[in-house]
Amino acid sequence: MDIVTVCGMGMGTSLILKMSIDDILKKNKIDAEVEACDLGSMLGKVADLVVTTYELKSQIEDKGYNTIYVKNVIDKNAIEEKVMEAINNLKK
Amino acid sequence: MNFIISFFKEPAIIVGIMALIGLVALKKPISKIVTGTFKTIIGFVIFQIGSSAIADSLGVLGTAFQSAFHMQGVVPTNEAIIALVQKNFGMEMALIMAFGFIVNLIIARFTSLKYVFLTGHHMLFMAGLLAAILTAVGFSGVELIVVGSLLLGATMVITPAMVQPYYRKVTGSDSVAMGHFNALTYVIAAEVSKRFGNKEHSTEDIKVPEGLSFFKDNVISTALVMLILFIVTIQLADNSVASKLAVGGNITVFSIMSAMKFTAGFVIVLQGVRMMLAEIVPAFKGISEKIVPNAIPALDCPVIFPFAPNAVIIGFLASLAGAIAMFLILPFTGLAIMIPGLIPAFFVGAAAGVLANAQGGLKGTIIGCFVNGAILNLLPAFLLPLLGNLGYANSTFGDSDFVFDGIVVGQIGKIFSKVGVYGLLGVILIVFVGLTIRSNSKNAKGSKKISA
Repeated sequence: MDIVTVCGMGMGTSLILKMSIDDILKKNKIDAEVEACDLGSMLGKVADLVVTTYELKSQIEDKGYNTIYVKNVIDKNAIEEKVMEAINNLKK
Repeated sequence: MNFIISFFKEPAIIVGIMALIGLVALKKPISKIVTGTFKTIIGFVIFQIGSSAIADSLGVLGTAFQSAFHMQGVVPTNEAIIALVQKNFGMEMALIMAFGFIVNLIIARFTSLKYVFLTGHHMLFMAGLLAAILTAVGFSGVELIVVGSLLLGATMVITPAMVQPYYRKVTGSDSVAMGHFNALTYVIAAEVSKRFGNKEHSTEDIKVPEGLSFFKDNVISTALVMLILFIVTIQLADNSVASKLAVGGNITVFSIMSAMKFTAGFVIVLQGVRMMLAEIVPAFKGISEKIVPNAIPALDCPVIFPFAPNAVIIGFLASLAGAIAMFLILPFTGLAIMIPGLIPAFFVGAAAGVLANAQGGLKGTIIGCFVNGAILNLLPAFLLPLLGNLGYANSTFGDSDFVFDGIVVGQIGKIFSKVGVYGLLGVILIVFVGLTIRSNSKNAKGSKKISA
């Protein structure tokens, strides 16, 4: 499974998200590749799941990715809930 | 032997080894260690390739600006100046970054300031700044690396600590801190906001039109500013100078292509830095969790954006206004002209906006961020003369703590030479020890009370 985290610069917020999701995956024993990426270069990416913040929603929602949006990138519980739900949906 | 020395002098190899050590220490599988190490090295090489594109188009801009306005025009963009820094100080920069992080961990482990700075690109930029400024002061070799690492490690703890009282007001806890080298303007913006504003009228009570979020797309915002800048500057430059730069081609087309080339270089530099950081930052985080168990991670500024989305937009606009106002004042001061950057105005302005809103609401945010933008666009002018040859590079650092650190270390070094810099390190050490003793005695008192 390929997960891409996205933010404006591709090395701040997205990297923080990537590290959180890596922890979440490890905790739930799920094997997936998580990559941090910027808005500009994400278009060519193949991803099963895209995770980003609501601020970028208007620029990502029409790109055809399976995307989830998080509000607060340091709220690990909320991220875990959303990411695990999306992963479970993917498995179906 | 020659091979070994050359091998370890290559900054790309040094950052590769950093990643390698990190990945091994975290007991990652062999495949991850190999790919991670290679990706880091290749990331650095990509960064170097982008550097030359940026240097070319900055050269064009500098020549045209000089001819058009008879003044030095400077683009304060970290990615551009760091591209130039790595050509001369690549090895020193990479080593200062690695050892600076270790110094950060040691400080966090043994003092009461538990901050661990995890914003990789800012670490890299600060390491580059310190390498350049310490060289200008007269340091070299091992001494340069040691002093640079100590200063970097100290800065990585001091700046989140400075911002924390204001940051806490926003997030409501001490679980994270600000890992973004603009502590100076963040504190000033928040304090100004507190004095002049009113907390009761929050930015979040009003309606702000959406649609400015495209500034978060760094490629577009850089391209827009560079297009305007290159076209205007080259049009106003002497005809002979402009056509010489364009090698006889059409001047407008040449302006457009130069702006695009700068942006492309910027994208390549970012791509390289990103590839490198994607391996190094998680490794740093893993190591810090082992060495400093109760660490407070200092993270990049957008972390606090969701706490006040309106303040993000208002802070950006007010900072941009402040930066433009300063840009218009600068020509009358005899200082070099700083061209307002959209990226610092957005990221720093937005974060300052969120911090300022928690102190002084809407009015405070507007005034505080205007001041923030003005300072951001003024301070780099004072750094230029201290950067040695890099001062003539038509680009410089864009965030206030790089500039502030550069000015402090550079001026102290200029007046008191190396002894002054060691004195500065001594003062920092005393402050750390003092703070720790104070907090320990506080804790001891607190626990006594409980037991009594």
